Amino acid sequence: MGDVNRSLTLEGSEQGFATTRVDALLGWARKYSLFSYPFVTACCGMEFMALTSPRFDVARFGAEAPRFSPRQSDLLWVVGTISQRQGPVLKRIYEQMMEPKWVFAFGTCASTGGFYDNYTTVPGIDKIIPTDVYIPGCPPRPEAVLDGLMLLQDKIARNERRPGVVKPRFDPVQNVEGLVQLRRSATDPREIVPALREREAKALAPGAPGGMR
Amino acid sequence: MSQLVLDKLKERFTTAIVETHSQHGDDTAVVDPPQWKAICEFLRRDPELDFDLPVDLCGVDYPDRVPRMEVVMHLYSISRGHRIRLKARVGDEDMAGADLDSVTSIWPGMNWLEREVFDMSGVRFRGHPDLRRILMYPEFEGHPLQRTYAADRTQPLVPYRTEAEAGMPIHKLEPFGPDEGMPFGRVRSPRPEDD
Repeated sequence: MGDVNRSLTLEGSEQGFATTRVDALLGWARKYSLFSYPFVTACCGMEFMALTSPRFDVARFGAEAPRFSPRQSDLLWVVGTISQRQGPVLKRIYEQMMEPKWVFAFGTCASTGGFYDNYTTVPGIDKIIPTDVYIPGCPPRPEAVLDGLMLLQDKIARNERRPGVVKPRFDPVQNVEGLVQLRRSATDPREIVPALREREAKALAPGAPGGMR
Repeated sequence: MSQLVLDKLKERFTTAIVETHSQHGDDTAVVDPPQWKAICEFLRRDPELDFDLPVDLCGVDYPDRVPRMEVVMHLYSISRGHRIRLKARVGDEDMAGADLDSVTSIWPGMNWLEREVFDMSGVRFRGHPDLRRILMYPEFEGHPLQRTYAADRTQPLVPYRTEAEAGMPIHKLEPFGPDEGMPFGRVRSPRPEDD
């Protein structure tokens, strides 16, 4: 591989050339040829199917080829809840993969155990195997997954192994008035309801713009 | 219509029927544990009752009561279209004497359900052909649906990675905390290392 470090002559060009570093070239090549191993255990699998179908089309990112042998794949998708009983299986699958390898925690359960906070569920696959990208959501939207895929490609190109988390860019809770927040620190819903009633009454009042007649 | 099942049971088994309850076609009979199998046999064989479908079997733990474990069985008759719920209360506060006769000889479908009740609640079924865990792994200790099983006790098969191994703190990352859009799940109780 050492000779790749020299300047490259682009095909079809007499004079043009480009220079790069080996790791950058390898990163560039790897990020568009991710062979996936889907480790699908739960309902997030439905969203994974949507992701790989033409509407969202993960093929645009060069990650559409599933390999059902861990030895031939370099991206492990952990899609769904991992029970304690599956822990050894997941670890073994990961160990069978060849370097370089990356791991996706698809959905809240794979990332943190989700709402399964009990005797039977692994509280996040990072307790067992190293994880590169966490995708929140229950299940995540395919857009969020594509966001995570682009994040991973970016990490591969930069040779960066610290974990990344996909974050929502638009949080409806913060932007839509009167939407009941599900967070612990949220305003008490009992305070929101009277405000909603008032707004409704205003909208229903005769002569109100857009109100019912 | 539904009272028929309870009436027949009371007539045939008298004192073995500890308690009955009937409301809106929802019939329950609490039975004497030693008579469990005989009652099941009767419910299955009597042509007027003909309970041919074992719907469910589960254990319910009432830690304040003695006997503490309640085994609940739901039966349905496909031919007659009626249902019954049978309960048997077994086991003292240490789960001693928490055993019942297996009814797999009456309904082969009860095989896995009895294994599940054994696995989750720790009730032993005498005469079961293969009484081992069905949901949890063989290495698992205790019975998780007993109230005495600590809510936060886990028994991982793979040792968890340490923070040194991972090179990063192993706790819930943003945005997975209780205040960050993940409102479900138990809030972790403070631990000594938290201060």
